[in-house]
Amino acid sequence: MGRASSKEDVGALFRSLRSAYAATTLNLKIIDLYVGFAIFTALIQVVYMVMVGSFPFNSFLSGVLSCVGTAVLAVCLRIQVNKENKEFKDLPPERAFADFVLCNLVLHLVMINFLG
Amino acid sequence: MAGGLKFKPKLVMTLTFWPNRKYWCGKLVILHFSPTATSFPSSPNSLHSCARQRLRRLQKEERISFTLIEMARSLAGFLVLLLVISICEAASLFQPISDSHRSAALELFTSDHGSFKSLEETYEALRTFQILGIEKKPDVTAAACRSISETVGSSSTPKDLFYALKANSIAQCKIHEKASKGIISSLNAAVGGASLLLDFYYSVGGLVLIKDQSSKADIHLADAEGVFRSVKAFSQSDGRWRYSSNNPESSAFAAGIALETLAGIVSLASSELDQSLISTLKNDISKLFDGIEKYDDGTLYFDDKLVDGHEYQGPLSTTSSVLRGLTAFAAATTGNINLPGDKILGLAKFFLGIGVPGDAKDFFYQVDALACLESNRVSVPLILSLSSAVLSLDKKDSLKVRVTTVLGSNAPPLTVKLVGAFSSDSKDASLLESQELKFDQGSGLHILNDLPKSIDVGSYTFVFEVVLQEPEDEKVYVTESQTKVPIFVTGIVKIENSEISILDSDLGSVESQSKLDLGGKNAVSLSANHLQKLRLSFQLTTPRGRAFKPHQAFLKLRHESKVEHIFVVGNSGKQFEIVLNFLGLVEKFFYLSGKYDMELTVGDAAMENSLLVAIGHIELDLPEAPEKAPRPPPQLVDPYSRYGPKAEITHIFRSPEKRPPQELSLAFLGLTILPLLGFLIGLLRLGVNMKNFPTKPVPATFAVLFHVGIGAVLLLYVFFWLKLDLFQTLKAVGFLGVFLVFVGHRTLSHLAAASAKLKSA
Repeated sequence: MGRASSKEDVGALFRSLRSAYAATTLNLKIIDLYVGFAIFTALIQVVYMVMVGSFPFNSFLSGVLSCVGTAVLAVCLRIQVNKENKEFKDLPPERAFADFVLCNLVLHLVMINFLG
Repeated sequence: MAGGLKFKPKLVMTLTFWPNRKYWCGKLVILHFSPTATSFPSSPNSLHSCARQRLRRLQKEERISFTLIEMARSLAGFLVLLLVISICEAASLFQPISDSHRSAALELFTSDHGSFKSLEETYEALRTFQILGIEKKPDVTAAACRSISETVGSSSTPKDLFYALKANSIAQCKIHEKASKGIISSLNAAVGGASLLLDFYYSVGGLVLIKDQSSKADIHLADAEGVFRSVKAFSQSDGRWRYSSNNPESSAFAAGIALETLAGIVSLASSELDQSLISTLKNDISKLFDGIEKYDDGTLYFDDKLVDGHEYQGPLSTTSSVLRGLTAFAAATTGNINLPGDKILGLAKFFLGIGVPGDAKDFFYQVDALACLESNRVSVPLILSLSSAVLSLDKKDSLKVRVTTVLGSNAPPLTVKLVGAFSSDSKDASLLESQELKFDQGSGLHILNDLPKSIDVGSYTFVFEVVLQEPEDEKVYVTESQTKVPIFVTGIVKIENSEISILDSDLGSVESQSKLDLGGKNAVSLSANHLQKLRLSFQLTTPRGRAFKPHQAFLKLRHESKVEHIFVVGNSGKQFEIVLNFLGLVEKFFYLSGKYDMELTVGDAAMENSLLVAIGHIELDLPEAPEKAPRPPPQLVDPYSRYGPKAEITHIFRSPEKRPPQELSLAFLGLTILPLLGFLIGLLRLGVNMKNFPTKPVPATFAVLFHVGIGAVLLLYVFFWLKLDLFQTLKAVGFLGVFLVFVGHRTLSHLAAASAKLKSA
């Protein structure tokens, strides 16, 4: 009974999450997708490293950290753009986007340098 | 239980003599350290004790062997060394000028077809050849005459005239009347206008020389006393002189020059000069000689303080200059200059102690100074020299002594007495009585035919005394009161009663014995085991019948595998004996049994028949080596292989890392692209649109440029990875970044304004 209910509860939890998520604005959904893409790329790289060893360690780090870094910056953008966040009410989203672009460019410059 | 080590370190030093060394009179030949150790056999009762115990006990009493190169370690040895060196200072040997000087002069004074580089060098060469009695070469004389007439004809400085006239006094070329008149007038003018010491020197010297060379006899200095006083003004209270009134530096070299100048003034003066001036000058000379410096071997010299490198002359030229000035002054004035004779002798020894200089200028200074010493009015030094300082007792060499002047010419009649002989080892009383040496008229040598019986082989210091026969000669010549000369006596040392035997350890009974002939060939063949002893004994006697201890007395045993062991043969009086107890030496021999070659070395510098002789061989039977026994040191097969080329080292490069197969990497590359595709598909599914893209042309271009700018930066990064370097990239990023910021600002502010309008609307 408990197990069945816990299963149902998990299912109900997922459904409510999905429906709530559907309500988010398109902007945020795009950003979420971007974050997912970045993390997934990082995971593939880690699997590769596990398989063949970490010989050019700098390359591995560079690849993984660029993915993770861009994901982090996207998360920051999401926080700043989200209208429900009272903290960043006065910050125009364009400004946040400009910061995102700039930081990404710097991150990628450093990562390309470290890639070797 | 007797036994122990007795150390008797003894230092024996041999001196061999190289005459004409300036500073040290002997050369250290051999130094060695000879301890003697005695080991006594243990009591008969221990015959039954365990061999190991005996081995340990006897190892303590073991002989010690030393190699030749042990230097004196004991304090006693070092003190003896110091003592002998201090004695060494006093005894030295000086030789007068000889043919080696003449041949060296010909080599040093080379000329380019007879002409030298300057008049000064021409003069120096001519003077040297004149003093040494070397024949004048015609091309040298011709070239000298040419340069002299050139200088004399044209108007030259007093310095050039001075050297030209000096060279002419030897070369004796003719000078025209007109030229000599011109010279006299210019030199007189120079004397009148001179202000520096060197100006006076050259002008006055030139006048003196031209007076000798030209026919005119009446060349006088106008105001001799005035010139004298002006030169005297340069003198200082310590006997040195200055070069000019401005320069406070004084030197002894300048003193020599000044004395020469003053001598010239005195000789050129028309009337007698004030005697008080002369006597003050004599005082100055004594003060100058008070400042004479001394080397350890008794030579005296003058030297100036090294203040300025340019002006510094060096002891040789300074002393030469002083001597020249002194003798010139003594020749020009009447009366005596009281200088102690030993100072003149010290100066003579200084110049003779140089030997043959290697430089032409040094050669000139030496030879010129010796010529001054040879004949002067102060005192002429006489030098005692020996043709050979090494005498052989067996060849019955006689002691030959020669007394000459410094240039090698004959001395006045005199007698040479050998007043004493001292052994180098002990500084006790003289070994012989005072005796006179016989003078041989023909060779000019003083000879002592037979060395007295008290003189045995070894090194000695002989003390000679030279006594002039005529009392008048005492005023002219000066000799050393006591001349100490080091003498080394060699001879054949008799080796007798040499025998080698094998003894049984405990009882000392002789198992086998054979006589040796150490003078000739030996091929003794012995055999022994580790329980026995080897004894070698011989006697050494000097030609005079005394006991003799050589520098080297070694017995060497060499195994077939070339492992060598050296033992020192000790002595008591005449008897030399070595006993090798093999029981104690088993470990030292590395337990190597087999055939050992025996070699005896007896050597000494005083021994004319030093020997290194193979005695024969001995078959040694030693017990087996235990596991922990030391291995013998590896013997070199070829002594040159130590320094030959070593094995070549090839560099091993770091092996490259294992890389995954290329297909796997490509597969994962593809896999990495997948999330990007997933992102794009997801975007499409979400329903992204471009509605917010500005439509009006200006903002539209900015928006387009914004996107183009970002794309360009990303493209730049790709190029950066492919081929650019960081600095180029940073430069480009800088430009693009500025552009991008500007464009982005415009676009985004336009978008912000648009969305604000929408919100408000």
